[in-house]
Amino acid sequence: MIIPRVPVQHRRLLPDRRLSGPTPWVIAILMMLTLLAAAAGVGLARSANAIGSAIAGRVTVQIVTPNPVTRAEQAAALRRAAAAQPFVLSARAVDREELQATLGQWFGSETNGEGGDDPVLNSLPLPALVDIDFVGENRRRHMQELRALVAAEAPGARIIPHAEWLGPVAQLIGSLAWIAGALVILMTLASAAVVIMTARAALGTHFATIEMLHLIGATDRQITRLFQRRIAIDTAYGIALGTAVAAALLLLIGWQWAGVTSGLAATASLGPGGWALLLALPLLAIALAALTARQTLLAALKKIL
Amino acid sequence: MVEFDGVGLRYGPDAEVLSDISFNLQPGSFYFLTGASGAGKTSLLKMLYLAQRPSRGIVRLFGEDLVSMPRQRLPGFRRRIGVVFQDFRLIPHLSARDNIALPLRIAGVGEDDLSGPVGEMLSWIGLGDRAEAHPATLSGGEQQRVAIARAVIARPQLLVADEPTGNVDPEMATRLLGLFEALNRLGTTVVVATHDIHLISRIENAQMMRLEKGRLADPTGALRYPPANRA
Ligand SMILES: Nc1ncnc2c1ncn2[C@@H]1O[C@H](COP(=O)(O)OP(=O)(O)OP(=O)(O)O)[C@@H](O)[C@H]1O
Ligand SMILES: [Mg+2]
Repeated sequence: MIIPRVPVQHRRLLPDRRLSGPTPWVIAILMMLTLLAAAAGVGLARSANAIGSAIAGRVTVQIVTPNPVTRAEQAAALRRAAAAQPFVLSARAVDREELQATLGQWFGSETNGEGGDDPVLNSLPLPALVDIDFVGENRRRHMQELRALVAAEAPGARIIPHAEWLGPVAQLIGSLAWIAGALVILMTLASAAVVIMTARAALGTHFATIEMLHLIGATDRQITRLFQRRIAIDTAYGIALGTAVAAALLLLIGWQWAGVTSGLAATASLGPGGWALLLALPLLAIALAALTARQTLLAALKKIL
Repeated sequence: MVEFDGVGLRYGPDAEVLSDISFNLQPGSFYFLTGASGAGKTSLLKMLYLAQRPSRGIVRLFGEDLVSMPRQRLPGFRRRIGVVFQDFRLIPHLSARDNIALPLRIAGVGEDDLSGPVGEMLSWIGLGDRAEAHPATLSGGEQQRVAIARAVIARPQLLVADEPTGNVDPEMATRLLGLFEALNRLGTTVVVATHDIHLISRIENAQMMRLEKGRLADPTGALRYPPANRA
């Protein structure tokens, strides 16, 4: 069906050389780009989702009470009270060291390993932070309840929902994923167009043979199978080559990505579904090419008596 | 067998190259089609071997109306017709043997069953030792013989030949005509277009159809109403 069976003696009806020189190469390039775009799309969509679900239900409470002792007490009390609430999944007080480490990167201090021996950093009146993850989806209601809790335990503290400042990032990544998806579709259409042009060119080149075959009683089906087989084989070569190059590139990128940012690597991986999609694409492409060739050939043959 | 009634043919918007063609070909008969160059012999034969539908009129072949016949039924009819083209139309990248075997292969005959007849045919046309030669390396007369072999290999019910002896010497012409005659005796209806008057006199009982400027000269009406039909 995809690569039709044609008796060996019939295959000789088409000269042995490839049907049209550049087709396998163009198909290879398009296939490679399609796979890379698909991989980028899947990876981006997955990280957009991961970021989205990680930030959707998280808020940070910032306690800025001037007295450091009261501040620490309020933070501890809020953490305990919040953890006891049914709508809170988890509550965690952020360590002073953790804050200093983060800030140290901005100040350029050598805080990693040694600890906070930077006098400037040590003298800063750092706020106390409590990270809280909500249970479930009902954010608006949870925020009201949390606000009441904060007013009781740490009056004057600010509540910062993460979605507010990471949301646009997640949205941007999501848009990029859609663009990658659109590219996959456009390149699929371009590949189909290449196959149609190849089929038409083949018909033109071999018109005399086709006319002859018709006149001695060959059916459209017989002629179509002959050409479809050759075009399917030609494009299959291109698809295999493009897939091999894309696979090599993806493995290389994955390997480098893992080395650079171990923290983000998890969110940008393709996942089993993504890999399955990437494996399915070349097979779908071969089937699409064969069907496109078949339809083009049958339509063209109908115009000849 | 073949019936044309009021058939006209025009290519594009030009005037008709064939007009009011009416005849009735009897099964097992032998016909010569003559006429000056450009009279429309090839055009008429094209309708006979289903390469061209008429612009008007009725064409019936093997008892069926061809004008209204759906395209997908044509291959079945074409397999019952053998054609020798004026310009041979051999497939250039196939050997003489493969060109001759083509109609049998298209009809689905197995390789075991076709090698015998194809070999015999090759030696009969005197090309036994050139079986693997490609058309470009054959002389005009040799190509013509291959074209004739291809037309008759599948034992067609109707054989249509357009100037089949134009490129061979008189001796070979006689020999090829003998082949047509033999096929005719086995029941094949034969239509041969030719300029060669000498050829016509060689076949007994052959009937002549004469085209003049796109019209069939049939003063006695024998072509339209052959004796067998009138009875
Ligand atoms: N495909 C075509 N398109 C337009 N005109 C054509 C076509 N084929 C033939 N003609 C015209 O039809 C007329 C009859 O041509 P045809 O080939 O049937 O003549 P013929 O009797 O076979 O001539 P010859 O003896 O030289 O082979 C000619 O005037 C020719 O120019
Ligand atoms: Mg002619």
